[in-house]
Parts: sequence; structure tokens; C-alpha cells
Amino acid sequence: MAKYIGKRLLYMLISLWLIVTATFFLMKIAPGNPFASEKKLPPEIQANLNAHFGLDKPWYQQYTDYLMNVVTWDFGPSFKYKSQTVNDLISDGFPVSFILGLEAIFLAVAFGILFGVIAALKQNKWQDYTTMAIAVLGISVPSFIMATFLQYFLAIKLGVFPVARWESFMHTILPAIALAAGPMAYIARLTRSSMLEVLANDYIKTAKAKGLSSGVITVKHAMRNALLPVVTYLGPLTAGVLTGSFVIEKIFGIPGLGFHFVTSITNRDYTVIMGVTVFYSIILLVAILLVDIAYGIIDPRIKLAGGKKGE
Amino acid sequence: MKKRFSIFFSMLLVLSLFLAACGGGGDNADGGDKGDGKDVPQDLKVNINTEPPSLHPGLAQDSTSGTVLRNTMEGLTRIGPDNQPEKAMAEDWDISEDQKTYTFKIRDAKWSNEDPVTAQDFEKAWKWALDPENQSTYAYQLYYIEGAEAANLEGGSPDDIGVKAIDDKTLEVKLVNPTPYFLELTAFYTYLPFNSKIAEENAKWATDAGDDYTTNGPFHMTEWSHSDKIVLEKSSTYWDKEAVKLDTIEMVMINDPNTELSMFDNGELDWAGAPTGALPTDAMQALKDNGTLVTQAIAGIYNYKFNTTVEPLNNVNIRKALAHAINREELIANVLQGEQLPAMGIVPPTMFPENEKGHFPDNDIDAAKEFLNKGLEELNLKDPSDLPAIVLSYNTSEAHQKIAQAIQDMWSQNLGIEVTLDNAEWNVYLDKVDNMDYQVARLGWLGDFNDAMNFLEMYRDADGGNNSTGWEDPKFQELLSQSQTETNPDARQQLLKDAEKIFMDAMPVAPIYFYTNNWVQDEKLKDVFVSGLGDVQYKWAFFE
Repeated sequence: MAKYIGKRLLYMLISLWLIVTATFFLMKIAPGNPFASEKKLPPEIQANLNAHFGLDKPWYQQYTDYLMNVVTWDFGPSFKYKSQTVNDLISDGFPVSFILGLEAIFLAVAFGILFGVIAALKQNKWQDYTTMAIAVLGISVPSFIMATFLQYFLAIKLGVFPVARWESFMHTILPAIALAAGPMAYIARLTRSSMLEVLANDYIKTAKAKGLSSGVITVKHAMRNALLPVVTYLGPLTAGVLTGSFVIEKIFGIPGLGFHFVTSITNRDYTVIMGVTVFYSIILLVAILLVDIAYGIIDPRIKLAGGKKGE
Repeated sequence: MKKRFSIFFSMLLVLSLFLAACGGGGDNADGGDKGDGKDVPQDLKVNINTEPPSLHPGLAQDSTSGTVLRNTMEGLTRIGPDNQPEKAMAEDWDISEDQKTYTFKIRDAKWSNEDPVTAQDFEKAWKWALDPENQSTYAYQLYYIEGAEAANLEGGSPDDIGVKAIDDKTLEVKLVNPTPYFLELTAFYTYLPFNSKIAEENAKWATDAGDDYTTNGPFHMTEWSHSDKIVLEKSSTYWDKEAVKLDTIEMVMINDPNTELSMFDNGELDWAGAPTGALPTDAMQALKDNGTLVTQAIAGIYNYKFNTTVEPLNNVNIRKALAHAINREELIANVLQGEQLPAMGIVPPTMFPENEKGHFPDNDIDAAKEFLNKGLEELNLKDPSDLPAIVLSYNTSEAHQKIAQAIQDMWSQNLGIEVTLDNAEWNVYLDKVDNMDYQVARLGWLGDFNDAMNFLEMYRDADGGNNSTGWEDPKFQELLSQSQTETNPDARQQLLKDAEKIFMDAMPVAPIYFYTNNWVQDEKLKDVFVSGLGDVQYKWAFFE
């Protein structure tokens, strides 16, 4: 196990280096610069700024500077937001995105599995049709429409929640629901189909024949196997919820990291692009690793070390 | 991180509070304050759209930072409700005969930490911005001062900059040219002072609210939660604090027009729309119909620039044909829907009132066709279809796209000219325009100070940074130079009008419309002042 994790960590470092390199060169190829605006700067001031931020150095020197920034985890000041460093932006923004993401993942997983299991157990009955209708809606309605819809009905019409901003628990509910709707629907469908497959297996029949209660059969025998596809989905979901929350953060005025992730590119805020990309990459890589480890725990048939059969 | 996790516990607390209080809501201080002249809460909530990039007067270069600075700091002058500069930190001034030396007398005012505001604070702040070490991108706003440009760009000595504190309360400023709008400029944020005592001890004084962020304006910043909100409170040390009626201003950062309007409708904001935020275009008609929309013209213009170095746009008659064949009224009524003013001149009517009519009639198809035929003749072409397709470029945005499509249609309907549209992401787009890699390109311009020079000067030299049309004219240059030394305001105004005439005769730019600010506000909120440049001040605002 330790050997496996060690190997995976090494791969992670290599992936990270590839990401940093690709980001750096894409960023440099894109036309424009962080100081561009409709009101153009005098060329001397522009040159002075370039020199100050090291943008006049040859590309290989800038590249190694960036690599050093990643290694020392000090990305320097933001070009656009002069009162903050990139590290500030991350440490201010990420906890917000994290809580929002956590709430959304919790909602998505809890209700997704619940709906999926109900639908599978009551296959082709009204419960199945209702939950699956909700799921289809959840998948087909984009999150920003869902967000506006929630704002309109729950905040403006019913006045139960505030329209936007991030101040108390009440403020977090609407964005979390809007963000969770899509993944929840997906998980519900995933759970339903794999649940149906598992329920048709012989060992479930054996369990029934032994006279076990349906509750025990569902939870202990069926669900454990049925959840594997859901776990697979969790890795990309975590990354998706954390990065894809940009639209939701914008609509609800939430000071998260997703905003910087997207706007830094438009602003050509090089240090922020680099810092946030590296940060998100690490989260994604760790999420994938955790999912792989979780497999082994849920399903003993998957051997992580798997050395004997070769790769 | 720990701070954020405490949200979890407060969440639980708030949830229980909410459940407990569910019945007894409906507060919002609506009915309760009528009669008896009881105190109305003087707490304003506005949206400022985004995090202000910098609240250091020397580093600020955008309207969001400007909004916060204008209300927390105070320069030598402040633009008053009649749109004229009024006495602020300067209680008086003398202007020399040649209008090139200004002597300001600084009033007995205090910073929020009780330090006195001194002439040195101004001198040091301006010299700080001009020091190339400090990376001030708006330093060029100070180039009107003698020696400023040299110190900023050519390694000139800061001692040669024409600003000097004679004593604690006297500031002498020497200018390169007589600049009739200099007292306007001293209200602009690059000319604001900062507490030099604190700045010497803590170079990062402007990065957060706190003891080091001292202010000398009507409000003091008590909280700056980055990318989230800024809280201002009435300053207790401001010299004119009797005039200030609001107790707090909460500035939230919501970057979505629909959410902004929803929050306003829900009573979570007292103001939605310009100048600090934006209204969704789709909502304009409904807001106009119910009579709540407020519209005010501001000094800004939306242009289509022509690249005068490429065929066929190097032909003045083709350019004129295109400029005449735009139906601006229709564009404004059906596409923009924000009560903008059709622009047939380059200087906004807030500066040249006769530009409400402009230099030529809107949608003058007959004239356009005449120009087109003349142009075709000069190019030895017979038919408009012989012209190569004209490429119309804009930066990616729904609004710009709609305008471009409408104008594409007008040009092809009215003139039979084929137009292809080309859009690019903002930074890529600016790069293209800078390198003259375009034929027709849209660009906007907002005035920094209330003078026509602001809208003409950029076309002085073909290689000037903001010209990007390739056009220049010695007569135009001559008139601008004359205007800079002319001390009689009327004669100067006439010189600038003549310059605009030359410009419009050459038509290197097709003006489309003059900007307006559109907003909705709480009925009880009074005396928020939005200047002709579109800047907002809360100094005199109050709730009835």
C-alpha cells in the first residue's frame, strides 16, 4: 500500500510539472498583457512595469522563476489586485469555495443515493417515475438557470432566503442547491441503474432465501456493490464542483476562488493564473488518488498494489 | 481557514435563530418611521461590482477604486453638486497672472488618526506617484505639473517637480501650461493626498482597512473584506462632518446585474445600476415603464474607429459614407434601450452642448450615398459590390455583438456594402487594435476630467497610444497646441471646437452614441450626487 501511494505521489509530481509547463506556455502565447486597457499606458511606464514584474526577462528565466514559485509556494503579488498576493487570494477564497463545494457534494451524494435507491427498489412504480423525472430535470437544467429560478421563487417571492451574498448559513443554502442539482441527478441515475443490476444477482436471491430482512439486504449486500460507480464519479465531481462553481459564485456574489480562476485569465493576471491553476491541479490530483484508495476499501477485489499481474 | 470554519458554528446558530424567529419577521423599518420626525436609519447599501484593485491614491486607475477613494479621501478640491470644483482640503488659492502657478492654502483638517493634514502630505503623495519605482500606471495624470513627466519617464530629479510645500499649510504648484481645468484635476484620485507619516513607516498601508488606513474625507473605511464587501462609516474627524448625514455605507461586490436588481427588489440594496453597478439590459424596458429608471448623460462616447491606413478606409468619402449611414436613433431605441444620445460629434454634449445635434444629421442616407459614389469614383470602382468586404471587429460581449449586427445590416441595406463581423477576447482584441490589425473597430472612451481636451488629445499624433486610427492632421495639432497656451476660456473653447470640426471632416472615427448612466434607487434616498463624468459621491446623501 505504502509503495503504491509513493508511486502515485511521484506520478502526481510529474503531472503537476506537466500542468505548470503547459499553463505557462499557453499563457505566454496568448496575446495581450496584464496592463492592457482601453486607455493605453505611455510606453515608458509599460516598460517600467514589465521590468518590475520580470516580464522583460527571457522566457526560460521567467519559466524557472515560476517553477521556483511553485516549489516555495509563494506566487507573489497579483498584477490586478495590488493590495493582495496570490497566496492571499487563495487563502481567502478557497475556504469559501470549499464550504460551498462540501455542502453541494453532501447534498448531491445524500439525495442522489437516496433517490437512486428508492427508484431501484420501486422500479416502474410511481416513486421510480417521480425521482427519475426530477433527475432528468436536474441534469437538463443548467446550474445558472436553476440559480435564478431559486432566487426568484425562494428569495423574492417567498422571502425565505436572502437573494445573494455569503454571510450566514442561510446564505449558503441556495447556492449549494443550485450547484448540487446536476450532480445529484447524475448520481441518482447512476445509483438506480447499478442498484438494479446488483439486485438481479444470485447472491441477493440467496440472501432473500435465507430470510434476511429487506433493509439488511439493501444496505449490506446491494448498496455496497452498487455504490462503486458513484465513488468513481466522486473524484471528477469534487474537482468539478470546486472549479465549476464559478457561475454560481458570480450569480450569488460569493467571494470564492472560482471567480479568480476565470477572471485571472481575462485579466492576464499571470501570477494568479499560475497560482490558482497549480492549486486546483493539486486538489484534482489528490481527489483522484483518494478515490482510487477508496475503491480498495469498498471493493476488496480491486488490489491497489496489483504487482503480480503487472500493469 | 479557522475563521471560515467558525462559519459552520454560526450557521447552526443562525439556523436556530431563524427557526425561532420565523413568525415574527417582517421588520425592515418600513412603516415605523413615519411622522414625528423620528430618526430614520442612515445606512446605505450599494453594489460596487468588484474588488477595488487598489485603494492607494497613487495606484488606483479604475472607477471602482475611484468610488471608494472619492468618498473616503479628499483632495485640494472636490466636485460639488453644481459640477464645479469647490474648496475642500484647500480653503483658498491664488492663481498667478500667467495661470501657471497655483498657491493653495491648506485648511486645518485632520486625518482619521488626528494627525493634521499638511501641504507635505500632498507633495509627498504626488511625488510618490511620479516615482517610477512605485509602478503607478496613472502617474501621467500628473504630467500637467512642471518636471513631472521628466521625473516619471526620463529619470528627472524629483526635486525638479513643480510641487512644493512652502510650509505646513501652503502648497505651491507650477504647471507646464495654463490649464483651465486644473482645479478639476485636483479633485481626481491621482491628486489625492495620503498620510505621509504613516506611509513612511508602513509601505503597505493601503492594502487593508485598519489603523494605518487613515482618511481625510467624509467617510472612513472600517472593514475591507476582499472580494466581498467594504464598510464605510461617517468620519468623526472630517472638517465638514455637519454636511455628512449617512452613518454607514456598505459596499458589496456582486458582479451579476440580474442578482443586483433582484437584491434591490428584495430590499437588500438601496441602489442598483450605474455608476457603481449595472442593470440587466432585458430589464430596462420594464423599469422605464414603471417609471423608476433614472437616466443621466455622462461624458463618454462609443466609437467605431476606422483604420485609415488600409483600403478602402483610407478614403475619406468611404469613411463618411459609413458614418452617415448609421441610424443611431433606431439603434438606441431597439438595441441599447438605455436612453443614450446619438453621437454625431466626438466631444460629449456635457462639454459642448451643441453636440446634442452634432456635425451632421443622424441616418442621412442620401448624403451617405453621395459620399459613397464620390469615394468609389476616387477608387476607380463602379459599384459598392466591387468593394472588398469590410471587417467590423469588436471584443466578445453580447452588447457589442448586437450593435455590430445592427450596423452590419444598416451598411448593407443602405449602401450595399458587405460587412463581416469579427470578435475576439478583450486582451487579444486590444492587441489587434494597437497593432492596427483591423479595419473598423469599436472602442469606448470615458472622460477623466470635464474638458473637451480629454476627447481630442488622443488623436493628436498618429502614433499616440490611444489614437489607433493612423490619422493625424497638422492643422488639428496646431489648434490643440494653441488651446494649451490660450488663457481666455472662450477663445480656448472655440479653438477646441474648430479642432473637432477638422476631425469630423476627416472622420477617422464614426461616433455612435454618448453614454448614459441608468439606475434605480430607493425612493427615500436623496442627494446622492452623480457628476457629469459619472462619478458618485455620498457626502450629501441621506434617507428621508
